[in-house]
Amino acid sequence: MLRSIHVDEITKAVERLCMEANYDLGEDVLSKFKENLEKEESPLGCEVYERLIENAKIAHEERVPMCQDTGMTVIFVEVGQDLHIQGGSLEEAINKGVALGYTNGYLRKSMVRDPFERENTGDNTPAIIHYEVVPGDTLKITVAPKGAGSENMGALKMCKPSEGLEGVIQFVVDTVDQAGGNPCPPIIVGVGVGGSMEKATYLAKKSLLRQAGEPHKEERLADIEREILRRVNNLGIGPQGFGGTTTALAVHLEVYPTHIASLPVAVNIQCHAARHKEIVLKGTLTGEGE
Amino acid sequence: MGESIRIELPLTQEKVASLKAGDSVLLNGVLYTGRDAAHKKMVEALERGEELPFDVRDQVIYFVGPAPPKPGQVIGSAGPTTSGRMDAYSPKLIERGLTGMIGKGLRSHEVIDSMKKHGAVYFGAIGGTGALLAKRIVSAEVVAYPELGPEAIRKLEVKDFPVMVVIDKDGNNLYETGKAQYRKE
Ligand code: SF4
Repeated sequence: MLRSIHVDEITKAVERLCMEANYDLGEDVLSKFKENLEKEESPLGCEVYERLIENAKIAHEERVPMCQDTGMTVIFVEVGQDLHIQGGSLEEAINKGVALGYTNGYLRKSMVRDPFERENTGDNTPAIIHYEVVPGDTLKITVAPKGAGSENMGALKMCKPSEGLEGVIQFVVDTVDQAGGNPCPPIIVGVGVGGSMEKATYLAKKSLLRQAGEPHKEERLADIEREILRRVNNLGIGPQGFGGTTTALAVHLEVYPTHIASLPVAVNIQCHAARHKEIVLKGTLTGEGE
Repeated sequence: MGESIRIELPLTQEKVASLKAGDSVLLNGVLYTGRDAAHKKMVEALERGEELPFDVRDQVIYFVGPAPPKPGQVIGSAGPTTSGRMDAYSPKLIERGLTGMIGKGLRSHEVIDSMKKHGAVYFGAIGGTGALLAKRIVSAEVVAYPELGPEAIRKLEVKDFPVMVVIDKDGNNLYETGKAQYRKE
């Protein structure tokens, strides 16, 4: 028996995920707001948290985007190696879903076709799609719209191995410091260390899919996350950059083996509109197969 | 947070002078939207010796590119965009009498110098609260550059639109003082 999914089902799922991601802030992020509201020492900072909570409620109840920058549509796809996709191209099906979601969901279209000519494509396509082939026969799709305010504040450094852990931490903290209020703090700091240049960047972005504040499973790395969070919050930037003791909600770190001569560090900053929604499609069993 | 100051627009020099960094303000009346593309067009018009599409004297520009309205809404979600991208253009408008800007994030020295010289205020709205802020906008009408879509210049009427004075006309900067106050080594 072989499992198969028709592209129309994929399009429909993506359309819905685009809307839900933009309307419904995750409970994990909301509970971080509430937790930090208790911790924040600046009265202006507390006011910001109250408004963020109210904003999320309005967006959810009225089915409108929490933020007008509904982002580039970043999509992570995990394709089971035993799955058969029928009826057309997977990539086209995904992009069709994005176009429908952004149009029918009254989301802002922010993609320009060419980085130099800068003409809007009109439907927020193409999406930025990352594929992974995994064991199994299901299809997991995560839609994670990413606004430019925070995306533009990311940075990459090819550190020297001799700079070590301290060099890595300092680079992350400096990157957040320079960003100030631009990426709409409170932020989540995604950090990717190791691999090659693009691998580090991919890890930094992918770390943002974790539940906000969920520590790394490895205690050693979770400790580093806590240390970076402490130092980032000591910067004083605070919610919206108005000053305060909570600049970040969380730090998520991912690592990967690297070259003997390399120590790449990528920082991907996620604003408080930390949007991602996922679905696992199971498809249907068809009679054919080996 | 303390009491908010209610301000009726237009933002005259007298009102500009009364605002201090850190003040929480509720704006009422008419303001205009504009972001990257509209600013570029306005400044290019000035360079060609042409008039601006609206008289900027005593006006406030809100750096925003709203989401499309749902049926029944006057405007879609409408929170501020990063102001730094307007830094190259803002001084030219401040020279012409613009007294207020609403955005989020840091401004350049050139902008702050121009604000001090001509008398202007930089307000911060809370970035990412577009759903909430849209509810304080009671009417919206495209008045220039409709071809720019979300980036067209809109005339907005706002009611109790919540902003914070981030940089006042004396150059006091909440981003610096706030950060310094809570920074720990
Ligand atoms: S940085 Fe995030 S919250 Fe701020 S305007 Fe952009 S998408 Fe919205």
